[in-house]
Amino acid sequence: MIEALIKFLCAIVWFLLLSLYLTWAERKESAVMQDRVGANRANFFGFRILGLFQPLADAIKMMTKEDFTPAFSKRFLHNLAPFLSFFFVAVTISTIPFGSHLMIGGKEFRLQVIDLNVGILFVLALLALSIYGVILSGWVSNNRWTLLGGLRGSAQLISYEVALGLSLIGIIMVFPSLKFSEIVGFQSELLFGWLPKWGVFLQPLGLIIFLMAAMAESERVPFDLPEGESEIVGFFTEYGGLKYGLYMFTDFMKVLIIACLLTTLFFGGYHVPWLYADGFHFPWGGDWLLPHGIVVLFQVIMFNLKVFFFCWLQILIRWTYPRFRYDQLMDFGWKFLIPLSLFNIAATAVLMSL
Amino acid sequence: MSELFIVFLVTGVLGFFLVIVNKIIGPKRTNPIKQTPFECGSPYLQDRIYPVPIKFYLVAFLFLLFDVEVVFFFPWALIFKEIGSLALISMSVYILILIAGFIYAWKKGAFVWEK
Repeated sequence: MIEALIKFLCAIVWFLLLSLYLTWAERKESAVMQDRVGANRANFFGFRILGLFQPLADAIKMMTKEDFTPAFSKRFLHNLAPFLSFFFVAVTISTIPFGSHLMIGGKEFRLQVIDLNVGILFVLALLALSIYGVILSGWVSNNRWTLLGGLRGSAQLISYEVALGLSLIGIIMVFPSLKFSEIVGFQSELLFGWLPKWGVFLQPLGLIIFLMAAMAESERVPFDLPEGESEIVGFFTEYGGLKYGLYMFTDFMKVLIIACLLTTLFFGGYHVPWLYADGFHFPWGGDWLLPHGIVVLFQVIMFNLKVFFFCWLQILIRWTYPRFRYDQLMDFGWKFLIPLSLFNIAATAVLMSL
Repeated sequence: MSELFIVFLVTGVLGFFLVIVNKIIGPKRTNPIKQTPFECGSPYLQDRIYPVPIKFYLVAFLFLLFDVEVVFFFPWALIFKEIGSLALISMSVYILILIAGFIYAWKKGAFVWEK
């Protein structure tokens, strides 16, 4: 009990802090891409450090705003919508493995909060449930633009949910388990004696479908029809203060959880190539034995590096492409991604039974 | 199972705190104009839900059909390695039926958003 509580507190602090600083990373990366300086004014006793205090200043500003409910809406539901949106995404971090095992004084601690035997289904179900936050906020604000945003959002999310589920079938066929720890364990083996057996080498098409469907799930710019900053302002138009902040936060949390899922399912999770429980064993001969603590440290650092890379990649895509039109978005989901993922399943099945 | 309960409890308490923090430390200055729905400055015209296109309903219906079919894939994929060619044959029949329904929906124009 206490162990799970401590592990979950560590995981959620990691999760929330990183999604807070993703706002900073996004502003800085977009600034670099557009030849600007980006946020650099927030300071603490004159120390600016690249504007690293900006997310904290934003958070304090949002906390001191007025709590606001529009006249026609239901107060309870208006408060419930951002809570649901935040809650279902924040819970998913509990299933992600950050490392294998840490031995402290003869006791073994798994670096994962809960090792559910239905891990993948659990994460997919909770990400699907966060649609309720979108559609409820659109409906309860009693404003036709938010209603349109909420409906657009729910239609988009459920359309891409199908492709998201189908793209993971291939991975489960190759690594037959729904536990994240076992899927990561399968990826520690080697192909041809030297190539790490990562999901990306066995399921390249599945990776592409998963990345596109997951980016559509995160409602960011190529797929930001529910927000549509330049047309309808979005399903959260009637929200202010930290209740709006929770929606913005949920976006970045989704980016982070997608990066975690990509890492865990397709890029070997916490595995460093050729690093085993007792140190490196290189395929060209030669060993570099390491103590247990250093191995675990390497694993956690590698996991973080992979997650940062995929966050960076998603921000890069967000600032590179323009927005879809709504019929193009629906065509892309139904007419392209779903047939392609069915083809991926068929091809995987045929190749595996050869 | 109790671990899952702890996770839900901690996240729930955190979310509850984040939702009510504005109510606790924010200012309270409200007036009737501030409470009207956001309409880009023009007067607010109607206080009821506007009719929405029926296409959204159709998308939700298609999602129900296809997502139930996706769920059937998961147990099959888990034991695919063990039962081999029988799994391949039975699932190809299932995928053919699924694709037949998909082509029917496509031909009926269910995926055409605007005519």
